[in-house]
Amino acid sequence: MKAKIYVTLKRGVLDPQGKAIHASLSHLGIDGVEDVRVGKLMEITLKEIGPEEARRRLDEACRRLLANTVIEEYRIEIGG
Amino acid sequence: MKTAVLVFPGSNCDHDAYHALKHVVGVDAEFVWHKQSSLDGFDAVVIPGGFTYGDYLRTGAMAKLSPVMGAVRRFAEGGGPVIGICNGFQILLEAGLLPGAMIVNESLRFVCDYVHLRAETERTPFTRGIPAGTILKIPVAHYQGNYYADEPTLSALEERGQVVFRYCDPEGNVTGESNPNGSARNIAGICSEKGNVLGMMPHPERCAEEVLGSADGRRLFDAMAAGPGGRSG
Repeated sequence: MKAKIYVTLKRGVLDPQGKAIHASLSHLGIDGVEDVRVGKLMEITLKEIGPEEARRRLDEACRRLLANTVIEEYRIEIGG
Repeated sequence: MKTAVLVFPGSNCDHDAYHALKHVVGVDAEFVWHKQSSLDGFDAVVIPGGFTYGDYLRTGAMAKLSPVMGAVRRFAEGGGPVIGICNGFQILLEAGLLPGAMIVNESLRFVCDYVHLRAETERTPFTRGIPAGTILKIPVAHYQGNYYADEPTLSALEERGQVVFRYCDPEGNVTGESNPNGSARNIAGICSEKGNVLGMMPHPERCAEEVLGSADGRRLFDAMAAGPGGRSG
């Protein structure tokens, strides 16, 4: 089973990389961009443990290691 | 006094800290590999700077899981003096021994320079005898030293007197220009509620002798060596 974990900075936490990329897009003439936030995508391959159990374990993984919840939020996608 | 200098894969200020402690200040110092799970027999712990585990995932995120960090937690809970410098500070934040987190410098640049710090409290074992308002000249070298905590946490830190150092100009004024990385409220160092755990981004071990441009860093280690009742050797 495959899972994807998206980790992004919380709203309100300054994202200097996102700001720099936003400025670069403007320099390229790519207009209409309102905001850019940079995050991480982790692709995880799981043993067959069932989607509910997978979500429970990945949620624990996010809270204890994969995300720092002081500054980041995470989203787990199972399957696909 | 016997001090432990922790060594993780990727630590690179461990020898500087060891030198400052053993050869400059003159206290006993010993390297402790991160796989050790005991700090028995030590009187103080230094978590040095570096790039533990290549800064994978987040700075300090891997190191917080090393066996020695369980021993650091127990040592800290028992009131033992712990100082985390630069990456050591990042490890203490990740481990939850200090509140808040580090994000990338506002400038998106690695900053390596001497900065001025205003000491804010004598309550830590490393600032005892350094009165509030004292200005210290100590270098920083980091890419992720932009201290972040939400407003309630920042207010709590201020109220409890947990802000230990702030970036300032040479006269001691806390200004935007003197903030090298964008840290909230110019915070350069904080301590735990009990005061025995200190985390700071600047490197006191790099400026413990005049030949290095400043000896101000030595004051922190001298304070630690002196202990509550004066120098214990």
